[in-house]
Amino acid sequence: MTTRLHPTKEVDHGAPAIEVRDLHKSFGDNHVLTGIDFHVNSGQVVCVIGPSGSGKSTLLRCVNRLEEPTSGQVLIEGIDITDPETELDAVRSRIGMVFQQFNLFSHMTVLRNLTIAQQRAKKRSRTEAEEIARGNLDRVGLSDKVDAYPAHLSGGQQQRVAIARALSMDPDMMLFDEPTSALDPELVGDVLDVMKTLAGEGMTMMVVTHEMGFAREVGDKLVFMADGVICEEGDPREVLANPREVRTQEFLSKVL
Amino acid sequence: MGSLTRTQRQRAVRLTLYALFVLLAVAFVLVADWEAISSSFFLVEGFTGTWQDFVFVGARNTILYTIIAFVGGFVLAMVLVLMKLAPVAPFRWLATVYIELFRGLPALVVILFMALGVPIAFGWRPPGGTIGAGLVGLMLVAAAYMAETIRAGIEAVPKGQTEAARSLGMSGPWTMATVVMPQALRIVIPPLTNELVILIKDTSLLFVVGMAANEKELTTMARDFMASGPSAGTATSLVFACLMYLAITLPLTRVVAWLERRQKRSR
Repeated sequence: MTTRLHPTKEVDHGAPAIEVRDLHKSFGDNHVLTGIDFHVNSGQVVCVIGPSGSGKSTLLRCVNRLEEPTSGQVLIEGIDITDPETELDAVRSRIGMVFQQFNLFSHMTVLRNLTIAQQRAKKRSRTEAEEIARGNLDRVGLSDKVDAYPAHLSGGQQQRVAIARALSMDPDMMLFDEPTSALDPELVGDVLDVMKTLAGEGMTMMVVTHEMGFAREVGDKLVFMADGVICEEGDPREVLANPREVRTQEFLSKVL
Repeated sequence: MGSLTRTQRQRAVRLTLYALFVLLAVAFVLVADWEAISSSFFLVEGFTGTWQDFVFVGARNTILYTIIAFVGGFVLAMVLVLMKLAPVAPFRWLATVYIELFRGLPALVVILFMALGVPIAFGWRPPGGTIGAGLVGLMLVAAAYMAETIRAGIEAVPKGQTEAARSLGMSGPWTMATVVMPQALRIVIPPLTNELVILIKDTSLLFVVGMAANEKELTTMARDFMASGPSAGTATSLVFACLMYLAITLPLTRVVAWLERRQKRSR
């Protein structure tokens, strides 16, 4: 099924998956993002790190317009989502998002969590949606939890269900907002494993994280943010080993 | 006193309190005019001669009026809530004005307005006669309270639920209908049941609009049996009405308590 994303523009598969141009975001007098230029190429895994309050989550949330940018442009596969003509819901269904607090629908079973948006937003039949959902639960290793409610799952299991829910929409790319920060340490590994597998399959990913090991191992690019700007970016192994900027050096000396 | 231990002192205080209670009870039994109490509040003929009217007409109508006002009020409350959440500001203002107005006015005044004022002014013939108009008044007031309760329930649903649904590409209305509302309504079931209990008692205000014999609710029935019938001239019928109200409300307040306990556990 193809929904038009924009009345006049077409998806450009040659364009970067995500491109952010001169993005500004303020909450009242608080300028959280002050001029971000940034892109994620198709198939890339880009990790965004930085101290809390640096604006990295806000940047991520601007990419699917959960946060309304104050000015600047966000292009998804060449389509400007800050343009009011753009079919935002249709674009969003192509961008999977995983939250720090999982945000599973607590009144629905795991299976229903995975099928509701497929049926409502992608207009898939119930049978088709359930088949896709079961396939994705299998991918994250939770096929035995179809009928469970979120409250009966561990944090790690909930986060893997949330990933399966996003994958069930067949997204072109995935956004991760500190996906392991709310987890007990022993549960982090399972979630990271799922994310590594995804990256290995060629999924385009933008990951806000504190997991430097993940960034080093699977990241194609590392972005360091501080005070609403991108301070430094480059090959993760390079940046983590030899940060050029003082601000980056300070941050890494505290977390590594 | 200084020589008593802590436990002994506590025991002495408790004994004194028990003694005081017994003393008061005995004094009440001795002083009370049992003759007058039983003949004016508990006249046996008053119960045996009127119970069919109280159960099959009075209680039935009280319950019927409560259900009508509750269901009508709930539907109107949902409209008000959606208006409060509307992206267009004038709708929000209208809902706010409505809620503030009807929460600020005494229910009795609103009932009088609908039953007497509006029909006189516009020649409006309310469905169900004056009692129907009175019920509309009760409904208007109930809707204002219920709208506030439901809105609070919606605000209690974590924002992440909406964000997750929207990030999956679900539209605003679908998100509201399938993700937010079901969770909000579950949250507001105990306070809405409380609203129902209040409404049961407030149907007694319909007393002022006057009603035909088969329309009487418990309060009107009690008032009329004070003037005529087997317990005329006594307050027995009022006691009967009280017992009927309690028979309806007490189980419901127990249900509210149970719902609240269950909700606390599931959190």
